[in-house]
Amino acid sequence: MLRDEDRIFTNLYGFQSFGLDAAKKRGDWDNTKALIEKGKEWIIEQVKESGLRGRGGAGFSTGMKWSFMPKNVTDKPVYLVINADEGEPGTCKDRDILRHDPHKLIEGCLIAGFAIGASACYIYIRGEFYNEGSNVQRAIDEAYAAGLIGKNACGTGYDYDIYIHRGAGAYICGEETALIESIEGKKGQPRNKPPFPAQAGLYSCPTTVNNVESIAVVPTILRRGAAWFAGLGRPKNTGTKLFCISGHVNKPCNVEEEMGIPLKELIEKHAGGVRGGWDNLLAIIPGGSSVPLLPKSICDTVLMDFDSLREVRSGLGTAAVIVMDKSTDVVKAIARLSQFYAHESCGQCTPCREGTGWMNRIMQRMVTGNARVEEIDMLLDVTKQIEGHTICALGDAAAWPIQGLFRHFRPEVERRIHEYRNAAKSLAAE
Amino acid sequence: MSAPAHDPANEPATFTFTPENLERAKQIIAKYPEGRQASACMPLLDLAQRQNAGWVSRATMDAVADLLGMPRIRVYEVATFYTMYNKTPVGKHVIQVCTTTPCWLRGSDDVVHACERKLGIGVGETTDDGEFTLREVECSGACVNAPVVQIGDDYYEDVSPELMEKIIDALKRGEIPKPGSQIGRQSSEPVGGPTTLKAFTTTQAD
Repeated sequence: MLRDEDRIFTNLYGFQSFGLDAAKKRGDWDNTKALIEKGKEWIIEQVKESGLRGRGGAGFSTGMKWSFMPKNVTDKPVYLVINADEGEPGTCKDRDILRHDPHKLIEGCLIAGFAIGASACYIYIRGEFYNEGSNVQRAIDEAYAAGLIGKNACGTGYDYDIYIHRGAGAYICGEETALIESIEGKKGQPRNKPPFPAQAGLYSCPTTVNNVESIAVVPTILRRGAAWFAGLGRPKNTGTKLFCISGHVNKPCNVEEEMGIPLKELIEKHAGGVRGGWDNLLAIIPGGSSVPLLPKSICDTVLMDFDSLREVRSGLGTAAVIVMDKSTDVVKAIARLSQFYAHESCGQCTPCREGTGWMNRIMQRMVTGNARVEEIDMLLDVTKQIEGHTICALGDAAAWPIQGLFRHFRPEVERRIHEYRNAAKSLAAE
Repeated sequence: MSAPAHDPANEPATFTFTPENLERAKQIIAKYPEGRQASACMPLLDLAQRQNAGWVSRATMDAVADLLGMPRIRVYEVATFYTMYNKTPVGKHVIQVCTTTPCWLRGSDDVVHACERKLGIGVGETTDDGEFTLREVECSGACVNAPVVQIGDDYYEDVSPELMEKIIDALKRGEIPKPGSQIGRQSSEPVGGPTTLKAFTTTQAD
């Protein structure tokens, strides 16, 4: 188990104040000037060496992403945008950073912004997080008043502004180009790529979009050293990670743990175990609603990191662990996600707009068994026609949970279909 | 009993920002680069909605468009794309029960039914007295405190049908129940206390 000394988010649960004084006592803003004065290249190199992979779901190297930004841009502004549009079902980790540890995020925004040559930063917070956003704004105000950001931030001679932009209820704005559109005051519909945001992002200027957790861990990585972070977890899957454990556990919770912790250990140590004991486990969605579920047999041994979960054809995603015990109607659990994606499709690409609604309607019939067995293969075929055929990954995210369901629970759906048809037949015979 | 359906023909014809809100609107616009004032469209719609009893009429959208120098259709597009802008009048208390899978696994259907029974309305409806609107929403992003219900700007967490009835009773009495966990958790730690960071569970003197 990770030692408390190696935990970054020491105020995760908000027992202490989120304000500047308390944050400083926890180690935030400790000689930030010295970190910045080591230079852009040093910062980016350290973050690369730490092995930090994006915490928003895709798991791309954060340092690498920063190095894609054009150097020495003088003819237009450069932006850092923080994705705090947390809405992936199962995920509620960024919320705790925003409301309980906002200074870690703000300090990270300054350092990351400096590293990519940004002149300003926009933090895009989902609209429902009204109180969380207010805490962040208060922390920003404190940081301005203390000279930590704004003109001559931390006495470095670097001018840097940080603003909040609140969303208004659209899951799709978690997609980085939809998020940029939304800041520009438009419908949140993803852009075609290329150009990628590093070339033409917010207001057509070079832009990097990073997740809250990815940025909030950066100051600690620089202070404690890339080797410290890289020494936690496994190669290419380094560091600590915030896990959200929801569903059928005795004590649902968020917790910061070492990357690569066994799934079973994570649940038994921190979430009080599966309701009714480990043997009462049916399945787990290990990384937020978009990744395929895993049956108990895989959960027994799988490790919680990017590569381990990919090997079992799922993913770490946002590290949101949704636990389902044997009382769960697993078909309904996944059908509810299909309903979610149908609701959240932005409607721009036909395969997603039409496909998510179609998949939802079929899935709702599968719940009761009111379907034909051949329709299972037709449904899977449709998921393949959506996957990879849309501008953004929402289409993929809608397809994968269904594929996962049939990969592991196809006999259950077939049983329901036969039962439904037999019941209909016996009714007809009466 | 639910309130009658909204009639777009009978919407108020005008909307004017209060002087205070006009000042706030200027501060919001200043957050964005010159010439990019369209970025203020979303926060201004929110400001207008808060001034306008919780919903955006056609006149409020027009006021935002005119203030920002945007074509009105662009503002209608935004207002109709995002779910948090209410295009029809809502109750004084908008109760939004999250029913996505993590909340559903923890019994959110029963919470919805408790609201329906208690308020005498169905999902999507507003009570006759204009006090309550009931909605089901997609993932609220507080899944380890499921089931979650948002009322106004606040989250009520770890609710049950019984606790939900108490919350509604309190609202009916004109009280604002304490938001957050309804079973005494600080926030997202395991019930009964954290398994980690025990040195950080006391409020430090500062």
